Amino acid sequence: MKSNMTHATKRRMIISYVRFHVALKSNCKHMKKVNYFLAVLLGLSIQFASAQVKKGSVLIKNATVLTVTKGTLENSDVLVQDGIIKKVGQNLSAPSGVQTIDATGKYVMPGIIDAHSHLGLDVVNEATSPIVAEVRMKDMVNPYEVGIYRALAGGVTISHAMHGSANVIGGQNATLKHRWGSTDPADIIMQDAPRTIKFALGENPTRVHGRGNGIQPRTRMGVEAVLRNGFNEAIQYKKAWSEYNAAASQKNSTALPPVHNERLQVLSDIIDGKIIIHCHSYRADEIYMLINVARDFGITKLVFQHTNEGFKVAPEIAEYTMGASVFADWWAYKMEVYYSTAYNAAILTANGAITSINSDDAELIRHLYHEAAKTQRYGGMTDDQALSMITINPAKQLGIADKVGSIEEGKQADLVIFEGHPLSSYTIPQMTFVDGVKYFDIKEDANDQRLKVSATEMVEPIMIFEGHDSRCMQDTESLFETTEALFNLNH
Amino acid sequence: MQRLNKIFFAFLLALLPMMAMAQIDGEVIKPRAGKFLLKNATVVTITKGVLTNTSVLVEDGKIKEVGANISADGAEVIDCTGKFIYPGMIDGGTKLGLVEINSVAETVDYAEIGNFTPNMQALTTVNPNSVAIPVTRVSGVTTVLAVPSGGLFPGTAALINLNGYTPDQMYAGFKAIVMSFPSSGRRGRFDRRSDDDIKKANEKALKEANELWDNAVSYAAMSANGAELEYYPEMAQLAKATTGELPLLIEVNAASDIQAAIKWVEGKDAKVIFSGVSEGWRVADEIAKAGIPVVTGPIQALPTRDSDRYDTPYANAGKMAKAGVKVAIRTDGQENVRNLPFFAAFAAAYGMGKEEAWKAVTINTAEIFGVADKYGSVEAGKVANLIVADGDPFETRTNIMHVFIDGYRMPLSNRQIRLYQEFLDRSPGLKIN
Repeated sequence: MKSNMTHATKRRMIISYVRFHVALKSNCKHMKKVNYFLAVLLGLSIQFASAQVKKGSVLIKNATVLTVTKGTLENSDVLVQDGIIKKVGQNLSAPSGVQTIDATGKYVMPGIIDAHSHLGLDVVNEATSPIVAEVRMKDMVNPYEVGIYRALAGGVTISHAMHGSANVIGGQNATLKHRWGSTDPADIIMQDAPRTIKFALGENPTRVHGRGNGIQPRTRMGVEAVLRNGFNEAIQYKKAWSEYNAAASQKNSTALPPVHNERLQVLSDIIDGKIIIHCHSYRADEIYMLINVARDFGITKLVFQHTNEGFKVAPEIAEYTMGASVFADWWAYKMEVYYSTAYNAAILTANGAITSINSDDAELIRHLYHEAAKTQRYGGMTDDQALSMITINPAKQLGIADKVGSIEEGKQADLVIFEGHPLSSYTIPQMTFVDGVKYFDIKEDANDQRLKVSATEMVEPIMIFEGHDSRCMQDTESLFETTEALFNLNH
Repeated sequence: MQRLNKIFFAFLLALLPMMAMAQIDGEVIKPRAGKFLLKNATVVTITKGVLTNTSVLVEDGKIKEVGANISADGAEVIDCTGKFIYPGMIDGGTKLGLVEINSVAETVDYAEIGNFTPNMQALTTVNPNSVAIPVTRVSGVTTVLAVPSGGLFPGTAALINLNGYTPDQMYAGFKAIVMSFPSSGRRGRFDRRSDDDIKKANEKALKEANELWDNAVSYAAMSANGAELEYYPEMAQLAKATTGELPLLIEVNAASDIQAAIKWVEGKDAKVIFSGVSEGWRVADEIAKAGIPVVTGPIQALPTRDSDRYDTPYANAGKMAKAGVKVAIRTDGQENVRNLPFFAAFAAAYGMGKEEAWKAVTINTAEIFGVADKYGSVEAGKVANLIVADGDPFETRTNIMHVFIDGYRMPLSNRQIRLYQEFLDRSPGLKIN
């Protein structure tokens, strides 16, 4: 619990601590005691509250249940109790007080998981150094972003809120559960998801640092050097600590501890397998380079993101990594994705690599079911293969496949009901549940779903997007002459 | 390894129809002219209903005959039993062929410098050998409008077929002068101008547009009277829009801008088409009343306002059509114009209906562009732009079996498919020996 304490919780605890000190200074003895008591109580209650997310119970009846891992069940029911899938079968009845939803003629599938998103983040890039492993996206979570609701309307229940791609080793990502309506960032973070971190190869980090700031890396050679230097420094750091720990355990030790360095500590954690790498990458050569670096440092928890040329090194990705998370059909927006193919996901799958389809985009995240369906046009994927790419496969890549990603008894009840098969171009998501709680219902969908309205905006801005709304390179604008130039170089 | 082989084998089976086609065309990579009889299909004509057990005869680049018992008479017979024939889809607004790689400035040819460049010809800069063209046409999109953008009057758009080695071979008979109506919207998150700055910029742009238009009207009048005019190619081109010689394609999106554009157009002798029209649903009745046809898209887009219902961009085309607006759909794309059928499917699902959505990517577009005598439906006498599919081309699981453009049988291969063929079972695989 403590290690998962988030920014907001901490901030509130600090507030109560400050209040406690103010009370101490009030020079009033009995007041002091009362305030002390209240402050502790307040702190405790807030800690307690942030650990308690809403959990629901529901019985979905007579649906075509696309379990993804256990086949397709016709005319079947899914019983959810306290946020957990209790039973999947036929003729189930609802315990008293549990709502029944008639889903006759409809399809139920697991909540869609997007392994690459920047939704719900106030800031995306800390672009100041080629390595910024110490920064954390969970400190930047913005539960008010209406895009989260819109993702729910497209059946997406979990998104991987990633640091941007300005750095070779970027910040640590946050895995979000789309519990729309909560205003506490802690509530939309999936607290039981493992740590992940963003890496980036190729054009983006070389442009920001080499061409933007005149420091290494300017080339893909430099990117490799930054990685190897970083990991070697982390090994030295680990060594210094283990030497100190050994010395400190001796009697009458006078050993002084090394200076704490969070950046190197995070790199050490990567080497120790405590963090999953999610690496922005496009070209086959750079993908192969990182595979070699990872193997040299004994790192196996590695997922490639975008991976447009992953198909060229599919056997290597399959053999040595946790696979690739790719676009269904995006290409040609920059040089390093010119030699792409929409058959990428199919080739990776055929070679045995875990493959997921992601959005990296506030628009695309709204129809990932349709993006997954494109693998049927481009490579003839089966329904289960296509659905896996937006459910169980991204769950595996995020280290949460034991909890979500399929409709199985005991898993968290993240579910979507569709009118029409979710892989049909005409399908329409009807309801989306997270932990058994319904957060989207097309029948109750009001016009304005904003949780708050900006106090400074006189007129609501109208956005006429001239392309993709990607934020991979957001917050690096100051490094470039025109932001439009940057906009063209996104992802 | 054995498992991998099994998976691979399953793949080959699943892909047999497509692979077979690719193999045929692997030998003959050129588009092939000829006389073809597409025999015994279900023909979705768009304008004359759905005809079962019907054949289509293609000769001299045209649809010669559509009927039940057509004699082959020397034509190459393609058995289409169980298959569907549709007209080739038309995308009413793209940058296809005008840009190869968006981030590489050397390959970006859709935006010239300057605010007043209506004489910039998209047709001049269309690259017939763009890698994106064969990637697009295998989806059944046979014709697109190539649209320049940038300034107030950025250039002249041109309708092209996705077949041919010179722009003139590709040209499909329609041009329009493009106008970017002053926009009160923002162009994305990077656009951090204040509301006041946007308002001022718009007032200035509208003033400039009015002055240019008035000058163009005078230019046209003087020119018609035989006056000897100084060389002014920009004005000479815009003059053609003032007389209706060339249509005026107005890019306009925000509701208040659409209303302003409707007002701006009133009393002018221009043939006006609106494009973009993201917020058309807000003022659909007014657009219908003004009788201005619309090319709208991209359908898969974000709502323009945070307060909008999530599905407004999906439902926009249908809402305008229901209000009586003549609607065509565009992708506004460059490398992914191949998604036009899927955009149409989303519009269909969110209120437009399949029939109207099909019109919005075929006959409506052809009518709006004044080329319905040649394109947009399967009818005898029209240009043979046809697709043969094993199902509904709007569905991702459907395979497009044949594409004909100008009566040429197009190779159904492209670089993306060739990469697939090379790398599906790479050799050497993981180890070299």
